[in-house]
Amino acid sequence: MPETRSLTIRDREVRVLEDGNSDVPVVFLAGIGGVPAWTPFLEALAKNRRVIVPSLPGFPGATEFRHLDSLYDWVVHTLETLELLDEPTFDLIGSSVGGALACEIASLVETQVRRLVLIAPFGVFLEDDPAADIWAQVPGPKSIPNLVCSHPERWDAIWEKPADGDEIEWSILQTRSMEAAARFLFPFGNTGVTSRLHRIHNSTLLVRGAEDRVLPSAYNAVFAEGIEGAVRTIEIEDAGHLPEIDNPETLVREINAFLLDQEN
Amino acid sequence: MKNLWFHLMPYKDLPDDFRDTHPSVWVDINSKLLDAKRVHQHYNEYLDELEYAGQLGFDGICCNEHHQNGYGLMPSPNLIASTLTRRTTKPAICVMGNSLALYNPPTRVAEEFAMLDCMSGGRLIAGFPVGTPMDTIFAYAQNPSKLRERYYEAHDIVMKAWQEDETFSFDGRFNQLRYVNVWPRPVQKPHPPVWIPGGGSVETWRWCAEMDYVYCYLSYFGYKAGEATMKGFWDEMDKLGKDRNPYRAGFLQFVAVGETEKEALELYKESAEYFYGRCLHVNPKWASPAGYQSEATIRAKVQSQVALAAQKSSGPAGAAREWKDILDLGYVIAGDPDQVAERIREVCTNLNVGHLMLLCQFGNMSTDLAKYNTKLYAERVMPQISDLFDDQWNDAWWPQPLSDRSLPAEVA
Repeated sequence: MPETRSLTIRDREVRVLEDGNSDVPVVFLAGIGGVPAWTPFLEALAKNRRVIVPSLPGFPGATEFRHLDSLYDWVVHTLETLELLDEPTFDLIGSSVGGALACEIASLVETQVRRLVLIAPFGVFLEDDPAADIWAQVPGPKSIPNLVCSHPERWDAIWEKPADGDEIEWSILQTRSMEAAARFLFPFGNTGVTSRLHRIHNSTLLVRGAEDRVLPSAYNAVFAEGIEGAVRTIEIEDAGHLPEIDNPETLVREINAFLLDQEN
Repeated sequence: MKNLWFHLMPYKDLPDDFRDTHPSVWVDINSKLLDAKRVHQHYNEYLDELEYAGQLGFDGICCNEHHQNGYGLMPSPNLIASTLTRRTTKPAICVMGNSLALYNPPTRVAEEFAMLDCMSGGRLIAGFPVGTPMDTIFAYAQNPSKLRERYYEAHDIVMKAWQEDETFSFDGRFNQLRYVNVWPRPVQKPHPPVWIPGGGSVETWRWCAEMDYVYCYLSYFGYKAGEATMKGFWDEMDKLGKDRNPYRAGFLQFVAVGETEKEALELYKESAEYFYGRCLHVNPKWASPAGYQSEATIRAKVQSQVALAAQKSSGPAGAAREWKDILDLGYVIAGDPDQVAERIREVCTNLNVGHLMLLCQFGNMSTDLAKYNTKLYAERVMPQISDLFDDQWNDAWWPQPLSDRSLPAEVA
């Protein structure tokens, strides 16, 4: 089981989960829904790496986010979080919503981020090939998992309410994370990152679930073209927008291979 | 009590199979369904109907704001209200209202409402809705997480713009305005009465109490469905130590009046089924974007009006769409004038509502029938109920028009 600690950023608490061993850690910025509990993906990743998971504001583990208005606020908050981890350098994995922030960080602080793994990052929008509208979904517990996962039952397993949990508070946890994503990504997920991708010099693994119903494949192509560093592009079979939930074994294998290649 | 005549301005030619062949009446409704020549007719007939209601003695006439909507052809209620200032002389003009967060800068609302108040000689009621998710989040792409914060900030700007004598700066979270000094200013001082249409949110009730605004529950589902919400509102007023003055509240009700009950049941069936069957066919995916409802409201387990509508529209139980159920559930109050008067008196008493907004035109109702309904209500229902509450309570939220108002000159 991971260790849990808390960072205080401008008087607000941010949960940090950590497990595994390695000199240089991997920091994971989660996608839609966040990390309500330590997941099979993180468990598998932590077998070879020290994995650090700070919560994004408004996502499980960090309740407050409405003080952050602009993308700039969100980026500064993320930067402060990473600084407080007190790691001189780390590999950075950003998925989906967290991927948008990981790109911004990598475009700003070349020295701290070693390698970059982006899993279906938000950040661009193509009018002719629109992303799904994640905020226009039929209300109900199945809508989001069915949209973002090829195996929604794996989402459900991660999101199983603790025995002593309050049903309404548990549902608010999910709604709040969707609102938090909207706070800086609504309506398109377009952060204007294309004008900053040239500043990303890191070796980058660009991942997409082959069955992603949220972001079309053309979106990763925009990142692949724009990022200045060497980019390896892969698709994970049997996975939707969140391959870390749908197919964690394959994803971890690919991430480990990528990180090892870079070290050799 | 006050009787206000409310128009939604529905498009009347949605096809019979609309529910089955189209996903939604709102946001992405197929523009091929719309014939602008018909809309030309609609506007003229609908404005006639509003003016007619004013002539017949309704206390107020109301319009509202919807976008990309097949049952509400008023993206700009202020345009409608401006024509009413010239073609009516007596009734209050109730704009219900301007969704504050959609106006950039919000001083636009302060300006246009001030114009309407001046043009009408002080007959304006200023409605400030947050707006539905369909209108605000999806048609107008407002951020659901910032909508309410923007709404409250816009409200502060408008109220200050109406009341501050000196040119001022507003350095807000979302609006930076270096020189605020709206011209004209409203006739009514310190400002026109403010009415807040809302769903069942506890914060809205508290805010109305704090600001001394009228809270309006604009439900399409009638007095039975509205009971719980209005009870919640009055319980909250009790908690806050506010009196139970019924003029603190407004409520919307569909009515269908005939010479006899039998006639009413025959005459209004089609338009009611058109409204509840086609006009409320909203794709539920538009109803509840994360952030639109506050966490406090979710905790209070109060569902928003639109979510309720959408859920009813699509859910397995479904909102009633057959005339018999529409009547049984109280969505529409139908009957002869005495029956309607008795029911309205009962509803207003039970819900403790002093401002009753009546939908006498709904769905694809013809203009002749709308006027017939309006006339019967004005002449045979209103006299039986108008005295309600007035012996006990003063309406402090009603417009105070100029006594010596200018009138439009005859056109040669």
